[in-house]
Amino acid sequence: MKQVNNNLVCLLLLLTAACQGSNSLSPNSSDTTGNVLKLLPSNPDVSLSLPARFNATVFADGLGKARHISITPSGYVYVKLASNKNGKTIACLKDKNGDGVSDEEIDFGTFKGTGIKIKNGYLYASSDEEVYRYKLNSDGTVPATEQPEKIITGLLSRGEHEAKAITLDNNGNIYVNIGAYSNSCQIEDRKTGSLGRKPCPILDSAGGIWQFKADKPNQTYADGTRYATGLRNVVGLDWNTSTNTLFVMQHGRDQLHSIFPAMYTDKDNAELPAECMYELHKGDNAGWPYIYYDPKQHKKILAPEYGGDGKKTAGTDAINPVDAFPAHMAPNGLLFYTGTQFPAKYRNGAFIAFHGSWNRAPEPQAGFYVVFVPFSNGKPSGKWEVFADGFSGGPKNTASGGALHRPCGLAQGPDGSIYVTDDVKGTVWKITYK
Amino acid sequence: MKINFRSFICIPIFILLSVPVFLVAQSGREGNHCAVKKSPYRVSMDSGKVVYKKQCLSCHQEDGLGISDVNPPLNVKIVTGDKMKLIGIIINGQNTHEELNGRIYQNTMPANPDIKDQEITNVLTYIRNSFGNKASAVKESEVKSTRSKLK
Repeated sequence: MKQVNNNLVCLLLLLTAACQGSNSLSPNSSDTTGNVLKLLPSNPDVSLSLPARFNATVFADGLGKARHISITPSGYVYVKLASNKNGKTIACLKDKNGDGVSDEEIDFGTFKGTGIKIKNGYLYASSDEEVYRYKLNSDGTVPATEQPEKIITGLLSRGEHEAKAITLDNNGNIYVNIGAYSNSCQIEDRKTGSLGRKPCPILDSAGGIWQFKADKPNQTYADGTRYATGLRNVVGLDWNTSTNTLFVMQHGRDQLHSIFPAMYTDKDNAELPAECMYELHKGDNAGWPYIYYDPKQHKKILAPEYGGDGKKTAGTDAINPVDAFPAHMAPNGLLFYTGTQFPAKYRNGAFIAFHGSWNRAPEPQAGFYVVFVPFSNGKPSGKWEVFADGFSGGPKNTASGGALHRPCGLAQGPDGSIYVTDDVKGTVWKITYK
Repeated sequence: MKINFRSFICIPIFILLSVPVFLVAQSGREGNHCAVKKSPYRVSMDSGKVVYKKQCLSCHQEDGLGISDVNPPLNVKIVTGDKMKLIGIIINGQNTHEELNGRIYQNTMPANPDIKDQEITNVLTYIRNSFGNKASAVKESEVKSTRSKLK
């Protein structure tokens, strides 16, 4: 099996000239080994399938665990890494000659994580406990001397669902996912037959979206607001500028069969519950851990940990999803498309990157693709469809879960192209329409 | 690469018992037409696979390789190492998120206090001799003695 040779990508041409000058793309001064790299294009090891007239290029490769991604109006592409690349954890990429492939890379930052978002001239990025921001130069580069400013600190990270995905609104607020450090708030996590804790004590400090000020340093829980609760874990989230609301993709609960084998079959387990898209308003409750959403019954079902039997409904105080997707596919990226490059049907619609499942075994795994949901008047206006597929490297890899690439982050470039990251090998694809 | 040891299937039981365990581990395929009684090892492997499917597969997967960053693989030293530690993890679970081969895995390993000694014996023997592992079988007496020390 062909492997992308990361070393090739790392055969670097050190562009020292680019390290000089206050407005140049240069590393944080504290990161004195910060590298300016000349990327060598590598051969793609998978071929993506896309709708007619769309084209994908490998924009960058070998970044490691490339999680979320955000792009400046000037076209600098920032990727947050959950692994170290030469000791650095944010990659700044630029396609200088316009051929669809990044030909310059600067790595900086020293905190691993998932979240990254550019807003109002700042680059926001998260570790699993903190959110930082860097002031960008007017051209979109990071100043040489800039140290990140710590905006939020002390967020819970207890191993499970630790990624702090972030997004911002147009009113000076930042939204942070704080995932529940549990599958279903059982007395003993994931243990067969263990019942749910009521009330679930996790919800006071996790299992929801918290709102903070985007410009206030060193905020803690006490400075933030629990914007929405009852969300087990959210990785894909985006501020929808046409509705002026927050949309999130929840990772639904796992292991209905292995925890309650008498009530759910392996097949039930593979199909339940739905991965849900929610539109959130302040104070909303999406119902975790007390309920899950059954995509076949189109109902909120009482979780078996709380006395459910797969049929009893509950959650009258919980909001309904605006859309539902097959179980366990792990939506890690959400992007509302506002560009004009793609055809009109894509305008204001949602792209979702599904990282791919593990919890459908022994049934075949699923996901590992980017889907599109058309929107009209702020609501889904048609059935979701697979937009970009082939990341796994074939149906066998999809079924086994042994995917070569797993889609994670999504971003829109200034020309209306979209970018997809992969956190297996750190590939970034650029998708364009002609 | 799998070697087909079908030709070993019909060898008399006294030879079978003298063959090193690792050979036997790969010999017993289904479709044994001989009237040879299964070795205790084979019984343990077959029963262990059933327990594995029921209790372990949903996280560690059919191939035992787990899920990157989420559920750890089972083809690691700890699995072929100290049996007492393994028996303890099965009974009490593990929620320490320790680094394993340079990686940290998110999910909790749940406790299995109600699992029978025989089931632990079988599933550990199976895990220790599957997914590329080759290690000594686990005895029920070892499980019993470990469990009493855990209490």
